[in-house]
Amino acid sequence: MSDTSRPGSLADKLPSALFPRVSGLGMVALLIALLLIGLLIIPVLLVIYVAFQDPNTGALTLNNFQDFFGSSLFRESFWNSFYVSAMSVVVATIIALPLAYITTRFNFAGSMVIQSLGFIPLIMPPFVGAVAMQLIFGRNGTINLLLKEKFGVSIPFMDGLNGVILVQSIHYFPFILINLSTSLRNIDRSMEEAAQNLGSYGMRLFRRVVFPLAMPGYIAGAALVFIKVFDDLGTPLLLNVNNMLAPQAFLRISSIGISDPMGYVISFILVMFSIFSLWASFLFMRGKDYSTVQKGGGGLSKRDLRTHEKIMAYGVVAMILLAVLSPHIGLTLLSFATIWSYAPLPDGYTMQNFVTMWNSSGEYITNTVIYAGLAAVADIIIGTAIAYIVMRTKIFGRKALDYLATAALAVPGVVLGIGYLRLFHGMEVPFSGEPMASWWVIIALALMIRRLPYALRACTAALQQVSVSLEEAAENLGASKARTVKKIVVPLMTGGILAGFVTSFATAAVELSATIMLVSSDSDAPLAYGIYLFMQTPSGRGAGAALGLVAVLIVGLGTFLSQMVVERDKKYRMSGQEQ
Amino acid sequence: MNSYVRGTLAAALLATTSTMAMAADKVVVITSFPNSMTGPIEAAFEAANPGVDLEILNKKTSAGVKYIQELAGANTADVFWASAPDAFEVLKGDNLLATASVTSTGIPDTIGSYPINDPDGKYIGFAAAGYGIMWNERYLKGNDLEPAKEWSDLKNPEYHGHVGMSAPSRSGTTHLTVETLLQGEGWDKGWAEWKWIAGNFATVTERSFGVPDGVNTGNFGLGIVIDFFGFSSKASGFPVDFAYPTVTALVPANIAVVNEAPNGDGARAFIEYLLTPAGQEVLLDPAIMRLPVNPATYEAAPKGFPNPFAEGSTIGAAVEFDVFKSKARYNLVNSMFDVMITYRLDDLRSAVRAVQLAEAKHATGDNAEAKALIAEARALIEANPIDEAQSLDADFAATFTKKRKKVTDTVGERQAQVEQGWDTMVVENYRRAQELAEKAAAM
Repeated sequence: MSDTSRPGSLADKLPSALFPRVSGLGMVALLIALLLIGLLIIPVLLVIYVAFQDPNTGALTLNNFQDFFGSSLFRESFWNSFYVSAMSVVVATIIALPLAYITTRFNFAGSMVIQSLGFIPLIMPPFVGAVAMQLIFGRNGTINLLLKEKFGVSIPFMDGLNGVILVQSIHYFPFILINLSTSLRNIDRSMEEAAQNLGSYGMRLFRRVVFPLAMPGYIAGAALVFIKVFDDLGTPLLLNVNNMLAPQAFLRISSIGISDPMGYVISFILVMFSIFSLWASFLFMRGKDYSTVQKGGGGLSKRDLRTHEKIMAYGVVAMILLAVLSPHIGLTLLSFATIWSYAPLPDGYTMQNFVTMWNSSGEYITNTVIYAGLAAVADIIIGTAIAYIVMRTKIFGRKALDYLATAALAVPGVVLGIGYLRLFHGMEVPFSGEPMASWWVIIALALMIRRLPYALRACTAALQQVSVSLEEAAENLGASKARTVKKIVVPLMTGGILAGFVTSFATAAVELSATIMLVSSDSDAPLAYGIYLFMQTPSGRGAGAALGLVAVLIVGLGTFLSQMVVERDKKYRMSGQEQ
Repeated sequence: MNSYVRGTLAAALLATTSTMAMAADKVVVITSFPNSMTGPIEAAFEAANPGVDLEILNKKTSAGVKYIQELAGANTADVFWASAPDAFEVLKGDNLLATASVTSTGIPDTIGSYPINDPDGKYIGFAAAGYGIMWNERYLKGNDLEPAKEWSDLKNPEYHGHVGMSAPSRSGTTHLTVETLLQGEGWDKGWAEWKWIAGNFATVTERSFGVPDGVNTGNFGLGIVIDFFGFSSKASGFPVDFAYPTVTALVPANIAVVNEAPNGDGARAFIEYLLTPAGQEVLLDPAIMRLPVNPATYEAAPKGFPNPFAEGSTIGAAVEFDVFKSKARYNLVNSMFDVMITYRLDDLRSAVRAVQLAEAKHATGDNAEAKALIAEARALIEANPIDEAQSLDADFAATFTKKRKKVTDTVGERQAQVEQGWDTMVVENYRRAQELAEKAAAM
């Protein structure tokens, strides 16, 4: 930060022709833009230009798009993807809203535990989640086998699109939970009190005052869920649902020999539609000032629950957590199981899986912590910078920066992976001379780009709730821009930034689709890849599950610790001890 | 940058990344085989060749091919090691494989009716595998079913919703199963057979391992799988079993030296080791269970292990697998399977179910009108968009292949157009077939 604290100091020493005068923030913006263009736009362009190429002549053409819209299968896939994404947002909201509300609105024992537990679904690699969900909810999973035995019926939880919606909502609802909770916590109590003074209470208070004030967080979360589900590959593939856009793109790109341009056309359409959804969510938020001057009001007033309310609240929370944690219950059972086949529970239990796993997975764990850690740190630094530039400066093209970073959401991991292989092909790493395409840093870079949007959303939502007048006050008192950012803005954003770090880290730790293209040797492989390897053999299922459990525990612990920091931070503010 | 600084940096890099293997002679192997198979082989090889470090890189066959294609020119891989001969053909066609030129003794030219090595010497067979039916004993017991022994048994109505298979476009090994039946039964009859079997599918899985996995967990009861999945699942303790049908092909699993391999000698040493009696015996490890290509190794095999070299063995003998025919229409067959079965599984399943119910109702009666309707419905389901001659037409097949050979080359239609035509046809046929069958059932 020492460079930016004296903006322009380097430029002063250089001839102005060589170094045109740009403010410190302008420089930062330019650097980020170059980074994003180099690591996101160029690799993606290297892949999707094929969409505009005539497969026969290599000439530029729009024929491929005509073919796309002319195909009933693709139109159906498009509709299915849309339907599944929308329904997942609905189901995810039903799961997240009560959890967020109860834990932030009431004095509720174990709020912190719920906030952490509620986050855990996000940190399970999608294919592991699907395996575990099949064991519990599948055609012949625990629940259906019991139902068949007792009542002779079965419920198709996991059939076709239903299965995708169920798995996706359980997997991605934390996006809504985490963003909504942060927003709810940051609401100024005086708003609520003013509404109460005017006679509003109960549902009306929630509907008219609390929820609208928490809107930035909710929309940020819901948009993320929608887009992630819209171009998620892993879940539909593992549930063998092919009639959706992302699987169609993947199936077409990754099959041997088939490089008909359709896969690339679909990638292009995925990118475009996701950008459109984001734009729509921005449009919705535009012109609404949600920031409140008096930060430090400590969020909504918490009240105690009456006994019967308490019972109800505990009941609701327990039921939701049971559903949401069912993949983890399945995973835990599997990791201790001997054989689990066509039975409600495993035949027997053993520790052998952990022994097998432990003997061969140390490297996977270290690699994962290094890659995901590097990626997440870079993400929150870049995310905070972009959020600040977009919302607090008038730098030309600042919106584009936001869109650029967010566009990473829309890029399927496989596309980014292939793009990186093409981009770094033939380049060498400075000093060591090994080929760039097989250097482990590339994996960390891919993870950084892919998880940047999460960090950015969280940082933006956090900044949205910091009033400009606080910064103006600091500047009026003589603080420089950089000092203001450092002493006022970032501390006020801590909760959001931390949420962004955890989201980026946790999801990067279990990412597979880009890494599977980029891993060039076993010793560079991250955890998700290790689980994938185990799960490819009949004898490795238990060991894979054991490794999955370790992943969940590591990231869960990290989440819990950061949650503690957020809570402590909040307490300081409420008691006015903050410096 | 002087060498001292460079050395220090390299040392620092080593210390941080925990890559320990720099000192040893490194052989990089790209493989689709699971680590339960590569592990024991790697251990045996490294024990026999101290100083050589085998670096195993696991990728799905298709991803492995893509990886080698993308790396061409700055290649870091030494060995490509996978099941599907087709994947090797693709790499060979792109000139990405070096001539293996390894020496071995005691290995015959063919296994079943399939040549073990590539005639041009670009890839070498080290083990064999055949396709068959795997089933979950508990599942079948729970649903009162008998194991299916032949492909045609899988068409029976009692298996409706109980069968699983992978798509040929997703798994090179499954492609071979599909092509084997097409060659064994003939194009039209073969496709009809597949559609009736597919009408009983519970699912089409995305990975080939999804099938044994589904059978192991009891998600579905029977699966069309490659033999070692069946053997190794059984060896891991799952309540499953496996059998070869009469019409099946034995095909070698292969290994090749990648063109311009950084360590070509190391690569050859590894391949030669695999072909020695010691290397072949590792294949009998309970977690691997592949058929060795050296007939002598079968003497060490456990009881009940199939031996294709034994006198009078029928495994793999029934089909004369034509690898050139297979290669000529590789992508086309994948595309047809996806259009007619994978992507339209729901339509196909409803149509087949309707026919099964109508047939059950009129099994004994002599309602000629109903029988005619059923026959018409069957013909609609079986109808193929193209005949065998067209499937082997090089110009038509070129629509489905990847590369333009020359800039001036043009192909009549685009793949998406062709597929849309097929899709319209099969969706309409399946719908009509269901309608007719339901009408017959109502009589």
